[in-house]
Amino acid sequence: MTPKRRRLTILLLAALGLGTATALTLTAFQDNLVFFRSPADIAAEPPPPGRNFRLGGLVEQGSVARGTTAEGRPNITFNVTDGAHTVRVQYSGVVPDLFREGQGVVTLGQIGPDGVFHAREVLARHDENYMPPEVADALRRSGHWNPASGDPPPAAGWNRLQPAQASERSSGG
Amino acid sequence: MIPELGHFALALALALALAQSVLPVMGAQWRDARLMGAAAPLALGSALAVIIAFGALIAAFVQNDTTVLNVVQNSHSAKPLLYKISGVWGNHEGSMLLWLLVLALCGAAVASFGRNLPSSLQARVLAVLGMIMTGFALFILMTSNPFTRVWPPAPDGQGLNPLLQDIGLALHPPLLYGGYVGTAVTFAFAVAALIEGRVDAAWGAWVRPWALSAWAFLTAGITLGSWWAYYELGWGGYWFWDPVENASLLPWLATTALLHSAIVVEKRGALKIWTVLLALLAFALSLLGTFMVRSGVLNSVHSFAADPARGVFILGMLAVYVGGAFALFAWRAPSMVPQGSFAPISREGALVLNNLLLCCIAAVVLVGTLYPMFLDLIAGRLISVGPPFFNSATLPLALPLVAAMALGPLMPWKRAVLWPVVQRLWWAALAMAAVFAVTWTILRVPFWPALGFGVGVWLIAGAKADIIERIQLFRVPLRTALARARGLPLSAWGAAIAHAGLGVSALGIAGMGLATETLVALAPGQSTHFAGYEWRLEGVRDAQGPNWTSRRAEVTVLRDGRAVVTMRPQRRYFPIGRTTTTEAAISTNFLRDLYAVLGEEREGQAVLRLHNNTLAPWIWLGGLIMALGAVVSLADRRVRVAAPQRRAKVAQAGMGQA
Repeated sequence: MTPKRRRLTILLLAALGLGTATALTLTAFQDNLVFFRSPADIAAEPPPPGRNFRLGGLVEQGSVARGTTAEGRPNITFNVTDGAHTVRVQYSGVVPDLFREGQGVVTLGQIGPDGVFHAREVLARHDENYMPPEVADALRRSGHWNPASGDPPPAAGWNRLQPAQASERSSGG
Repeated sequence: MIPELGHFALALALALALAQSVLPVMGAQWRDARLMGAAAPLALGSALAVIIAFGALIAAFVQNDTTVLNVVQNSHSAKPLLYKISGVWGNHEGSMLLWLLVLALCGAAVASFGRNLPSSLQARVLAVLGMIMTGFALFILMTSNPFTRVWPPAPDGQGLNPLLQDIGLALHPPLLYGGYVGTAVTFAFAVAALIEGRVDAAWGAWVRPWALSAWAFLTAGITLGSWWAYYELGWGGYWFWDPVENASLLPWLATTALLHSAIVVEKRGALKIWTVLLALLAFALSLLGTFMVRSGVLNSVHSFAADPARGVFILGMLAVYVGGAFALFAWRAPSMVPQGSFAPISREGALVLNNLLLCCIAAVVLVGTLYPMFLDLIAGRLISVGPPFFNSATLPLALPLVAAMALGPLMPWKRAVLWPVVQRLWWAALAMAAVFAVTWTILRVPFWPALGFGVGVWLIAGAKADIIERIQLFRVPLRTALARARGLPLSAWGAAIAHAGLGVSALGIAGMGLATETLVALAPGQSTHFAGYEWRLEGVRDAQGPNWTSRRAEVTVLRDGRAVVTMRPQRRYFPIGRTTTTEAAISTNFLRDLYAVLGEEREGQAVLRLHNNTLAPWIWLGGLIMALGAVVSLADRRVRVAAPQRRAKVAQAGMGQA
């Protein structure tokens, strides 16, 4: 083999490798991108069934109920709200330590035919004052917080506020 | 007084680093021995200054000096001494100072052990290290000064994030930084070689030990981080493809590639330009990792504070160092003559394949890590890329890589014929096929874990075959074979150990694919059956630690009515900072982990999550074996930093003959 052909072989091999990597990335992206949706997004456009996505918002005050599934696993149901809409969430697992009513939460799972979101993971942060950026964004989009008026008000006060009250509260705080 | 001393030492380090980055380069350009000779003392001096600064910060933490802002924000008098010290790097400012410290120590090592380097090369390497130090020292002094005072002093500190109060996390950052900074040294060698316009076998021999030690540190750091996530986060997983984890995986992949291509440079004088490029890439990925973790673009336990000024500064450094190096590369690389031709099927060819696949995997991981950030930035859409993406995109690339891992070391240099090599591995292939077939069809293990078991066996058997071939075991009398084994270079042993270590990890990962879990709510005295054991909740009690209180469950695990082990999962509450952590209870026999997590308590019942993790400890055991392989390789006389000059002459002479 001449050096030229050798180099060509290696170049072809490299092109093949990169091509495979690109193809793999694109296919994997197609199937596995996980979008974030707020309750308002879901109300506006119901997500396709059987597809994973992340749902975020605040845990609605007084909505947390603990029970047992048909298989005998302990589970927990609660509503996730962005102030405008709510989605019922069902989760069978250990909720994080900072899972509280009125706190921000991000869950990963699928929506069932009954409209209940079946979560596989529930994430809350390790810090009481932390607001997940997705949740802050969802609240802003639902019209409950204007970033121009400063930091978001305490998460515990967000629940079920009307837009007017929310802005009043944030300008007051 | 002590913080001011530390602050002053840091400023002094900056001044010395600045001199270190300018004088030796001028000296090397003008062939002025005095200016070049200044490099080593300057490197030692700046290292001493950084050591003093770091010592001052440790002193401030140990004394709980609440007039120092960093101590107030990150420490507390009630913390155990160990975590007061590890808390020094458990925050942004201190961890950057640790980065600088490790970098300065590496510079000092090049200065004191690199005396047999050509003086102009040593001067240039130290100068490049000085430039990197200058950047980081400036970064610390301008945006993240750990010595900032507060007045009036706070009554006490705010405490360290309880998740970080752990022995694993006391060691994880220094190890990882050792790796990151090791890539800075190979980067410095690459830049110096570009300035000199010369890359030869000797250069490969100097770069390899640094790449090896960087790789060993990265491997150990990643292993420790993964283990910490397993036992501390309480999710029962070991790798989450979190962007922060990827930030450490990317330099690891690049360093792995570099390590292998440096062998080709050293032994055969080929792949020089590519190796230089890899050295630049490895450091670029280290800096990118630092940027992602430290700038607050990512929210995780690693990002201590989001401050745009810091992100912009690191991005600026990234642009200057990496951009500058790549510009230099584009300018100088064409003048380097390619050497050492080889056939596609040969040891070199296998190493090229290794490099190609590792780089493809790194590219996929990089795209998956950065894509959500770019999409958020450009289109304002929030998405995340999770484990399914990374698994399905990287596994197909990893499979040919592990196939080549066993074949490559058995191939001769320059030109090889595939069939005899495959023949020598027939029993490894047979073992792999048997394990795969038995686990998949008879034991009914799912496809991927079964394949993982096969791959693990293949790698371990392949590493053994490599050693057996080299010492001619079974072909010559046993005594001769043993003598050959003693005479075998340590670097060959190291390579085989590291490859086998990956096999052990592969077995562990495959085993974790069979892990089972259950969730139960038990009242005291009640029990449940899971994984062949009876798990009985004895009760949940309060317990007290130095700076926490906890609820501690006592779970007796029984088999056939006899108690096997008592597990005590806890939920700890840290009043300072008002946070709660989960302490999983783990009982291992090295074939499986029993893993219990205490959830919430409701109506007299406690929620327990129980896992049976098959072969879990092997994942980290394999990581440690890999790091051990690198250490064994480093112990090889011929690889050690001090020895390469004689070897270089030999290599050059050898090349003359070829």
